[in-house]
Amino acid sequence: MTKHLISITDYSKEDYMRIMELAADFEANPNQNLLDGKVVASMFFEPSTRTRLSFETAISRLGGRIIGFTDSSSSSVTKGETLHDTIKMVSGYADMIVMRHPLEGSARYASEVSDVPVINAGDGANQHPTQTLLDLYSIYKTQGTLDNQNIFMVGDLKYGRTVHSLLMAMSQFENPIFNFIAPKELEMPKEYKQYLDSKGIKYYEHSEFTDIISEADIVYMTRVQRERFSDPIEYEKVKNVYILRNSMLENTKENMRILHPLPRVNEIHVDVDPNPKAYYFDQALNGMYTREAIIAHTLGLK
Amino acid sequence: MTKKKLKVSAINEGTVIDQIPAKSLFKVIDILKLDQSTSQVTFGTNLESEKLGHKAIIKVADLFFEDEVVNKIALIAPHAKLNIIKDYEVVEKRTVEIPERIEGIVKCFNPKCITHTEHMPTQFTVISNEPLEIKCHYCEKHMSKDQIEML
Repeated sequence: MTKHLISITDYSKEDYMRIMELAADFEANPNQNLLDGKVVASMFFEPSTRTRLSFETAISRLGGRIIGFTDSSSSSVTKGETLHDTIKMVSGYADMIVMRHPLEGSARYASEVSDVPVINAGDGANQHPTQTLLDLYSIYKTQGTLDNQNIFMVGDLKYGRTVHSLLMAMSQFENPIFNFIAPKELEMPKEYKQYLDSKGIKYYEHSEFTDIISEADIVYMTRVQRERFSDPIEYEKVKNVYILRNSMLENTKENMRILHPLPRVNEIHVDVDPNPKAYYFDQALNGMYTREAIIAHTLGLK
Repeated sequence: MTKKKLKVSAINEGTVIDQIPAKSLFKVIDILKLDQSTSQVTFGTNLESEKLGHKAIIKVADLFFEDEVVNKIALIAPHAKLNIIKDYEVVEKRTVEIPERIEGIVKCFNPKCITHTEHMPTQFTVISNEPLEIKCHYCEKHMSKDQIEML
Protein backbone atom coordinates (compact mmCIF):
# COMPACT_ATOMS: atom_id res chain seq x y z
CA MET A 1 0.00 0.00 0.00
CA THR A 2 1.32 3.45 -0.87
CA LYS A 3 2.10 5.48 2.19
CA HIS A 4 0.76 9.04 2.22
CA LEU A 5 0.80 11.80 4.81
CA ILE A 6 -2.49 13.64 4.58
CA SER A 7 -3.71 14.05 8.12
CA ILE A 8 -1.74 14.00 11.37
CA THR A 9 -3.89 11.05 12.49
CA ASP A 10 -2.52 8.98 9.58
CA TYR A 11 0.61 8.52 11.70
CA SER A 12 0.89 6.35 14.78
CA LYS A 13 2.99 7.15 17.82
CA GLU A 14 5.69 4.88 16.34
CA ASP A 15 5.69 6.96 13.14
CA TYR A 16 6.05 10.16 15.19
CA MET A 17 9.02 8.73 17.06
CA ARG A 18 10.60 7.50 13.84
CA ILE A 19 10.31 11.03 12.42
CA MET A 20 11.93 12.48 15.58
CA GLU A 21 14.85 10.07 15.16
CA LEU A 22 15.24 10.78 11.45
CA ALA A 23 14.94 14.56 11.89
CA ALA A 24 17.77 14.49 14.44
CA ASP A 25 19.81 12.45 11.98
CA PHE A 26 19.19 14.99 9.19
CA GLU A 27 19.96 17.86 11.51
CA ALA A 28 23.35 16.31 12.16
CA ASN A 29 23.81 15.51 8.46
CA PRO A 30 21.50 17.63 6.27
CA ASN A 31 23.01 16.66 2.91
CA GLN A 32 22.35 13.01 2.12
CA ASN A 33 21.97 11.82 -1.45
CA LEU A 34 18.94 9.63 -0.80
CA LEU A 35 16.77 11.08 -3.58
CA ASP A 36 19.43 10.70 -6.27
CA GLY A 37 17.73 10.12 -9.61
CA LYS A 38 14.27 10.80 -8.17
CA VAL A 39 11.79 13.49 -9.17
CA VAL A 40 9.47 15.15 -6.66
CA ALA A 41 6.47 17.21 -7.78
CA SER A 42 5.94 20.36 -5.74
CA MET A 43 2.39 21.40 -6.59
CA PHE A 44 1.31 24.64 -4.93
CA PHE A 45 -2.23 25.46 -6.04
CA GLU A 46 -1.98 28.50 -3.79
CA PRO A 47 1.17 30.36 -2.84
CA SER A 48 2.90 29.54 0.43
CA THR A 49 6.48 30.69 0.16
CA ARG A 50 7.57 29.54 3.61
CA THR A 51 6.30 25.97 3.28
CA ARG A 52 7.37 25.63 -0.33
CA LEU A 53 10.93 26.81 0.27
CA SER A 54 11.23 24.52 3.27
CA PHE A 55 10.10 21.50 1.23
CA GLU A 56 12.14 22.38 -1.84
CA THR A 57 15.26 22.91 0.25
CA ALA A 58 14.66 19.54 1.94
CA ILE A 59 14.30 17.84 -1.47
CA SER A 60 17.43 19.58 -2.78
CA ARG A 61 19.50 18.59 0.26
CA LEU A 62 18.41 14.99 -0.36
CA GLY A 63 19.66 15.25 -3.94
CA GLY A 64 16.24 15.06 -5.63
CA ARG A 65 14.95 17.03 -8.62
CA ILE A 66 11.87 19.22 -8.41
CA ILE A 67 9.08 19.80 -10.93
CA GLY A 68 5.97 21.81 -10.21
CA PHE A 69 4.37 25.21 -9.91
CA THR A 70 4.14 27.89 -7.25
CA ASP A 71 0.52 28.94 -7.65
CA SER A 72 -2.44 27.84 -9.73
CA SER A 73 -2.18 30.72 -12.23
CA SER A 74 0.87 28.99 -13.70
CA SER A 75 -0.79 25.56 -13.88
CA SER A 76 -3.46 23.97 -16.04
CA VAL A 77 -6.08 24.75 -13.35
CA THR A 78 -6.66 28.05 -15.15
CA LYS A 79 -7.72 26.06 -18.22
CA GLY A 80 -10.31 24.28 -16.13
CA GLU A 81 -8.52 20.99 -15.57
CA THR A 82 -9.86 19.01 -12.61
CA LEU A 83 -7.65 18.15 -9.65
CA HIS A 84 -8.19 14.52 -10.58
CA ASP A 85 -6.64 14.94 -14.03
CA THR A 86 -3.75 17.11 -12.83
CA ILE A 87 -2.80 14.58 -10.15
CA LYS A 88 -3.23 11.60 -12.49
CA MET A 89 -0.85 13.17 -14.97
CA VAL A 90 1.78 14.29 -12.45
CA SER A 91 1.74 10.98 -10.58
CA GLY A 92 2.90 9.43 -13.83
CA TYR A 93 5.91 11.77 -13.99
CA ALA A 94 7.07 12.01 -10.39
CA ASP A 95 8.11 9.62 -7.60
CA MET A 96 6.28 11.66 -4.96
CA ILE A 97 3.88 14.60 -4.77
CA VAL A 98 4.00 17.47 -2.28
CA MET A 99 0.83 19.52 -2.60
CA ARG A 100 -0.76 22.63 -1.17
CA HIS A 101 -4.35 23.41 -2.13
CA PRO A 102 -6.94 25.94 -0.91
CA LEU A 103 -9.79 23.41 -0.78
CA GLU A 104 -10.28 21.16 2.23
CA GLY A 105 -10.04 17.44 1.56
CA SER A 106 -8.14 18.01 -1.70
CA ALA A 107 -5.04 16.19 -0.46
CA ARG A 108 -7.02 13.13 0.70
CA TYR A 109 -8.70 12.99 -2.70
CA ALA A 110 -5.35 13.38 -4.48
CA SER A 111 -3.96 10.45 -2.48
CA GLU A 112 -6.83 8.30 -3.74
CA VAL A 113 -6.12 9.28 -7.34
CA SER A 114 -2.31 9.20 -7.25
CA ASP A 115 -0.13 6.14 -7.86
CA VAL A 116 2.76 7.69 -5.90
CA PRO A 117 2.86 8.95 -2.27
CA VAL A 118 1.22 12.32 -1.57
CA ILE A 119 2.36 14.62 1.23
CA ASN A 120 -0.14 17.26 2.28
CA ALA A 121 1.49 20.68 2.60
CA GLY A 122 -1.81 22.23 3.71
CA ASP A 123 -5.39 21.78 2.45
CA GLY A 124 -7.34 24.93 3.27
CA ALA A 125 -8.14 25.20 6.95
CA ASN A 126 -8.11 21.43 7.34
CA GLN A 127 -4.70 19.79 7.83
CA HIS A 128 -1.04 20.71 7.67
CA PRO A 129 0.63 17.62 9.14
CA THR A 130 4.23 18.54 8.34
CA GLN A 131 3.78 21.69 10.45
CA THR A 132 2.62 19.51 13.34
CA LEU A 133 5.58 17.16 12.98
CA LEU A 134 8.02 20.06 13.02
CA ASP A 135 6.22 21.37 16.13
CA LEU A 136 6.67 17.94 17.71
CA TYR A 137 10.33 17.89 16.77
CA SER A 138 10.78 21.34 18.29
CA ILE A 139 9.23 20.16 21.54
CA TYR A 140 11.19 16.91 21.49
CA LYS A 141 14.46 18.71 20.84
CA THR A 142 14.02 21.36 23.51
CA GLN A 143 12.40 19.20 26.20
CA GLY A 144 14.14 15.90 25.47
CA THR A 145 10.79 14.08 25.50
CA LEU A 146 7.22 14.34 24.31
CA ASP A 147 5.80 13.00 27.59
CA ASN A 148 4.58 15.02 30.60
CA GLN A 149 4.35 18.34 28.78
CA ASN A 150 2.27 21.25 30.00
CA ILE A 151 1.27 23.01 26.80
CA PHE A 152 -0.22 26.48 26.70
CA MET A 153 -2.08 27.28 23.49
CA VAL A 154 -2.76 30.97 23.06
CA GLY A 155 -4.82 33.07 20.66
CA ASP A 156 -7.10 31.75 17.94
CA LEU A 157 -7.92 28.23 19.07
CA LYS A 158 -11.09 28.00 17.02
CA TYR A 159 -9.77 28.31 13.49
CA GLY A 160 -6.12 27.52 14.15
CA ARG A 161 -5.54 24.16 12.49
CA THR A 162 -1.98 24.00 13.88
CA VAL A 163 -3.20 23.91 17.49
CA HIS A 164 -5.85 21.30 16.68
CA SER A 165 -3.34 18.97 15.05
CA LEU A 166 -0.76 19.53 17.78
CA LEU A 167 -3.41 18.65 20.37
CA MET A 168 -4.23 15.41 18.54
CA ALA A 169 -0.56 14.46 18.21
CA MET A 170 0.47 15.32 21.80
CA SER A 171 -2.50 13.32 23.09
CA GLN A 172 -0.70 10.15 21.98
CA PHE A 173 2.02 10.73 24.60
CA GLU A 174 2.09 10.26 28.38
CA ASN A 175 0.34 12.75 30.68
CA PRO A 176 0.02 15.88 28.61
CA ILE A 177 -1.73 18.86 30.21
CA PHE A 178 -3.31 21.52 28.04
CA ASN A 179 -4.06 25.12 28.96
CA PHE A 180 -6.20 26.97 26.45
CA ILE A 181 -6.06 30.76 26.48
CA ALA A 182 -8.43 32.37 24.03
CA PRO A 183 -11.20 34.93 23.79
CA LYS A 184 -14.71 33.50 24.02
CA GLU A 185 -15.29 33.86 20.28
CA LEU A 186 -12.17 31.88 19.43
CA GLU A 187 -12.18 29.15 22.06
CA MET A 188 -11.16 25.55 21.43
CA PRO A 189 -13.98 23.75 19.58
CA LYS A 190 -16.12 21.30 21.52
CA GLU A 191 -15.08 18.27 19.48
CA TYR A 192 -11.44 18.61 20.63
CA LYS A 193 -12.44 19.02 24.26
CA GLN A 194 -14.65 15.94 23.94
CA TYR A 195 -11.70 14.08 22.47
CA LEU A 196 -9.52 15.00 25.47
CA ASP A 197 -12.32 14.02 27.84
CA SER A 198 -12.62 10.65 26.12
CA LYS A 199 -8.90 10.04 26.65
CA GLY A 200 -8.97 11.31 30.25
CA ILE A 201 -6.51 14.11 29.45
CA LYS A 202 -6.58 17.22 31.65
CA TYR A 203 -7.19 20.66 30.17
CA TYR A 204 -8.01 24.09 31.55
CA GLU A 205 -9.52 27.12 29.85
CA HIS A 206 -8.60 30.70 30.63
CA SER A 207 -9.32 34.07 29.11
CA GLU A 208 -5.91 35.49 29.95
CA PHE A 209 -2.56 34.05 30.98
CA THR A 210 -0.24 36.42 32.82
CA ASP A 211 -0.71 34.68 36.19
CA ILE A 212 -0.37 31.09 35.10
CA ILE A 213 2.38 31.13 32.50
CA SER A 214 4.95 30.02 35.13
CA GLU A 215 3.61 26.45 34.85
CA ALA A 216 4.18 26.15 31.11
CA ASP A 217 6.72 23.92 29.38
CA ILE A 218 5.61 25.06 25.94
CA VAL A 219 3.77 28.27 25.04
CA TYR A 220 2.30 27.90 21.57
CA MET A 221 1.26 31.31 20.25
CA THR A 222 -1.07 31.92 17.30
CA ARG A 223 -2.37 34.98 15.52
CA VAL A 224 -5.68 36.53 16.55
CA GLN A 225 -7.00 37.87 13.29
CA ARG A 226 -9.40 40.79 13.10
CA GLU A 227 -11.50 39.15 10.37
CA ARG A 228 -12.39 36.22 12.65
CA PHE A 229 -14.57 38.48 14.80
CA SER A 230 -18.18 39.14 13.87
CA ASP A 231 -18.16 42.20 16.14
CA PRO A 232 -15.19 44.57 15.67
CA ILE A 233 -15.64 45.89 19.21
CA GLU A 234 -14.93 42.40 20.53
CA TYR A 235 -11.67 42.39 18.61
CA GLU A 236 -10.64 45.76 20.02
CA LYS A 237 -11.37 44.49 23.51
CA VAL A 238 -9.24 41.37 23.27
CA LYS A 239 -6.48 42.26 20.84
CA ASN A 240 -3.98 43.27 23.53
CA VAL A 241 -4.75 40.45 25.94
CA TYR A 242 -3.06 37.84 23.75
CA ILE A 243 0.23 39.58 23.20
CA LEU A 244 3.30 38.00 24.75
CA ARG A 245 5.87 40.44 26.14
CA ASN A 246 9.30 39.80 27.56
CA SER A 247 8.27 41.11 30.98
CA MET A 248 5.77 38.25 31.26
CA LEU A 249 8.53 35.64 31.03
CA GLU A 250 10.28 36.50 34.30
CA ASN A 251 8.98 33.66 36.44
CA THR A 252 8.69 31.05 33.73
CA LYS A 253 10.43 27.66 33.89
CA GLU A 254 14.00 27.37 32.67
CA ASN A 255 13.06 24.75 30.06
CA MET A 256 10.07 26.72 28.78
CA ARG A 257 10.09 27.54 25.06
CA ILE A 258 7.85 29.76 22.95
CA LEU A 259 6.64 28.36 19.65
CA HIS A 260 4.73 30.06 16.83
CA PRO A 261 3.91 28.65 13.38
CA LEU A 262 4.81 32.06 11.84
CA PRO A 263 4.25 34.52 10.28
CA ARG A 264 3.58 36.56 13.40
CA VAL A 265 2.00 39.99 13.36
CA ASN A 266 2.10 41.54 16.81
CA GLU A 267 1.15 38.67 19.13
CA ILE A 268 4.76 38.18 20.17
CA HIS A 269 6.36 41.52 20.95
CA VAL A 270 9.79 41.94 19.35
CA ASP A 271 11.26 42.43 22.82
CA VAL A 272 10.82 38.67 23.30
CA ASP A 273 13.08 37.81 20.34
CA PRO A 274 16.45 38.04 22.14
CA ASN A 275 15.18 35.93 25.07
CA PRO A 276 16.67 32.40 24.86
CA LYS A 277 13.17 31.05 25.48
CA ALA A 278 12.02 32.45 22.12
CA TYR A 279 12.22 29.44 19.84
CA TYR A 280 10.08 30.31 16.80
CA PHE A 281 12.92 30.96 14.34
CA ASP A 282 14.70 27.74 15.31
CA GLN A 283 11.33 26.03 14.96
CA ALA A 284 11.13 27.14 11.32
CA LEU A 285 14.58 25.73 10.64
CA ASN A 286 13.58 22.47 12.32
CA GLY A 287 10.90 22.31 9.62
CA MET A 288 13.45 21.58 6.97
CA TYR A 289 15.02 18.67 8.87
CA THR A 290 11.57 17.34 9.72
CA ARG A 291 10.54 17.47 6.05
CA GLU A 292 13.69 15.62 5.03
CA ALA A 293 12.68 13.01 7.62
CA ILE A 294 9.10 12.81 6.32
CA ILE A 295 10.25 12.39 2.72
CA ALA A 296 12.74 9.66 3.68
CA HIS A 297 10.11 7.90 5.82
CA THR A 298 7.43 8.15 3.12
CA LEU A 299 9.63 6.69 0.41
CA GLY A 300 11.20 4.13 2.77
CA LEU A 301 14.69 5.46 2.08
CA LYS A 302 15.98 5.13 5.63
CA MET B 1 -65.42 -7.13 11.31
CA THR B 2 -64.36 -6.25 7.80
CA LYS B 3 -60.83 -6.73 6.74
CA LYS B 4 -58.93 -3.42 6.51
CA LYS B 5 -58.80 -2.31 2.91
CA LEU B 6 -55.32 -2.03 1.48
CA LYS B 7 -54.57 1.30 -0.12
CA VAL B 8 -51.70 -0.16 -2.10
CA SER B 9 -52.33 -3.55 -3.61
CA ALA B 10 -50.75 -6.65 -2.10
CA ILE B 11 -47.84 -8.45 -3.65
CA ASN B 12 -47.18 -12.13 -3.97
CA GLU B 13 -43.43 -12.02 -3.35
CA GLY B 14 -41.13 -9.14 -2.64
CA THR B 15 -40.48 -6.37 -0.16
CA VAL B 16 -42.79 -3.82 1.44
CA ILE B 17 -41.09 -0.74 2.86
CA ASP B 18 -43.40 0.95 5.33
CA GLN B 19 -43.15 3.95 7.67
CA ILE B 20 -41.30 6.16 5.23
CA PRO B 21 -41.84 9.87 5.96
CA ALA B 22 -43.99 11.10 3.02
CA LYS B 23 -41.53 13.83 2.13
CA SER B 24 -38.70 11.30 1.79
CA LEU B 25 -40.49 8.91 -0.57
CA PHE B 26 -38.84 9.97 -3.81
CA LYS B 27 -35.46 10.18 -2.17
CA VAL B 28 -35.89 6.57 -0.98
CA ILE B 29 -36.88 5.53 -4.50
CA ASP B 30 -33.78 7.27 -5.77
CA ILE B 31 -31.40 5.73 -3.21
CA LEU B 32 -32.74 2.22 -3.80
CA LYS B 33 -32.59 2.88 -7.57
CA LEU B 34 -36.20 1.79 -7.95
CA ASP B 35 -36.62 4.23 -10.81
CA GLN B 36 -34.29 1.96 -12.79
CA SER B 37 -35.84 -1.28 -11.62
CA THR B 38 -37.65 -3.58 -14.02
CA SER B 39 -39.66 -5.09 -11.17
CA GLN B 40 -43.23 -4.08 -10.48
CA VAL B 41 -43.07 -1.14 -8.05
CA THR B 42 -46.15 0.41 -6.46
CA PHE B 43 -46.17 3.14 -3.93
CA GLY B 44 -48.57 5.24 -1.94
CA THR B 45 -47.85 8.53 -0.27
CA ASN B 46 -49.51 10.95 2.13
CA LEU B 47 -51.17 8.01 3.85
CA GLU B 48 -52.28 8.66 7.38
CA SER B 49 -49.91 7.49 10.06
CA GLU B 50 -50.16 7.85 13.81
CA LYS B 51 -46.40 7.88 14.16
CA LEU B 52 -45.35 10.03 11.24
CA GLY B 53 -48.41 12.13 10.41
CA HIS B 54 -48.05 11.41 6.74
CA LYS B 55 -46.23 8.36 5.60
CA ALA B 56 -45.39 6.63 2.38
CA ILE B 57 -45.18 2.97 1.52
CA ILE B 58 -43.40 1.17 -1.31
CA LYS B 59 -44.04 -2.33 -2.54
CA VAL B 60 -41.51 -3.97 -4.78
CA ALA B 61 -42.37 -7.29 -6.34
CA ASP B 62 -39.77 -10.04 -6.61
CA LEU B 63 -36.99 -7.94 -5.13
CA PHE B 64 -35.18 -8.44 -1.82
CA PHE B 65 -32.61 -6.01 -0.51
CA GLU B 66 -29.28 -6.64 1.18
CA ASP B 67 -28.95 -4.93 4.60
CA GLU B 68 -26.11 -2.88 3.23
CA VAL B 69 -28.35 -1.46 0.52
CA VAL B 70 -31.40 -0.84 2.62
CA ASN B 71 -29.42 0.77 5.42
CA LYS B 72 -28.65 3.60 3.05
CA ILE B 73 -32.16 4.95 3.59
CA ALA B 74 -31.70 5.09 7.38
CA LEU B 75 -30.67 8.74 7.34
CA ILE B 76 -33.91 9.90 5.76
CA ALA B 77 -36.27 7.15 6.92
CA PRO B 78 -34.90 6.04 10.28
CA HIS B 79 -38.15 4.32 11.30
CA ALA B 80 -38.66 2.45 8.05
CA LYS B 81 -39.97 -1.11 8.44
CA LEU B 82 -39.31 -3.78 5.88
CA ASN B 83 -41.68 -6.67 5.44
CA ILE B 84 -40.41 -9.54 3.39
CA ILE B 85 -43.32 -11.18 1.58
CA LYS B 86 -43.46 -14.73 0.31
CA ASP B 87 -46.73 -16.13 -1.00
CA TYR B 88 -48.70 -13.09 0.26
CA GLU B 89 -47.46 -13.69 3.81
CA VAL B 90 -45.02 -11.63 5.82
CA VAL B 91 -42.17 -14.03 6.49
CA GLU B 92 -39.70 -11.56 8.00
CA LYS B 93 -39.73 -8.05 9.45
CA ARG B 94 -36.67 -5.86 9.42
CA THR B 95 -35.71 -2.38 10.55
CA VAL B 96 -33.00 -0.13 9.15
CA GLU B 97 -29.75 0.82 10.84
CA ILE B 98 -27.49 3.76 10.15
CA PRO B 99 -24.41 2.32 8.42
CA GLU B 100 -20.84 3.05 9.56
CA ARG B 101 -20.02 4.63 6.22
CA ILE B 102 -22.28 6.76 4.08
CA GLU B 103 -21.39 7.04 0.43
CA GLY B 104 -22.78 9.38 -2.16
CA ILE B 105 -26.05 10.33 -0.42
CA VAL B 106 -25.20 13.27 1.79
CA LYS B 107 -23.83 16.64 0.75
CA CYS B 108 -20.94 18.06 2.77
CA PHE B 109 -22.00 21.27 4.49
CA ASN B 110 -18.53 22.81 4.23
CA PRO B 111 -18.53 25.07 1.16
CA LYS B 112 -14.72 24.77 0.96
CA CYS B 113 -14.81 20.96 0.75
CA ILE B 114 -13.25 19.43 -2.38
CA THR B 115 -16.38 17.30 -2.95
CA HIS B 116 -18.19 20.38 -4.27
CA THR B 117 -15.77 21.05 -7.13
CA GLU B 118 -14.62 17.60 -8.30
CA HIS B 119 -16.79 14.95 -9.91
CA MET B 120 -16.58 12.52 -7.03
CA PRO B 121 -18.91 10.73 -4.61
CA THR B 122 -19.07 12.10 -1.06
CA GLN B 123 -18.05 9.82 1.82
CA PHE B 124 -18.81 10.11 5.51
CA THR B 125 -18.13 8.07 8.60
CA VAL B 126 -20.67 7.95 11.39
CA ILE B 127 -19.14 9.27 14.63
CA SER B 128 -22.23 8.76 16.75
CA ASN B 129 -25.75 7.46 16.14
CA GLU B 130 -27.59 9.24 18.92
CA PRO B 131 -27.40 12.19 18.47
CA LEU B 132 -26.40 11.64 14.88
CA GLU B 133 -22.98 13.03 14.01
CA ILE B 134 -21.04 12.30 10.84
CA LYS B 135 -17.58 13.24 9.61
CA CYS B 136 -16.59 14.03 6.04
CA HIS B 137 -13.91 11.60 4.85
CA TYR B 138 -12.31 14.43 2.83
CA CYS B 139 -12.45 17.75 4.70
CA GLU B 140 -12.83 16.02 8.11
CA LYS B 141 -15.57 18.42 9.26
CA HIS B 142 -18.18 17.07 11.65
CA MET B 143 -21.88 17.54 10.86
CA SER B 144 -24.76 17.09 13.25
CA LYS B 145 -28.24 15.89 12.28
CA ASP B 146 -29.71 19.31 11.52
CA GLN B 147 -26.75 20.15 9.27
CA ILE B 148 -27.18 17.07 7.11
CA GLU B 149 -28.48 17.75 3.63
CA MET B 150 -29.08 15.15 0.96
CA LEU B 151 -27.44 15.40 -2.44
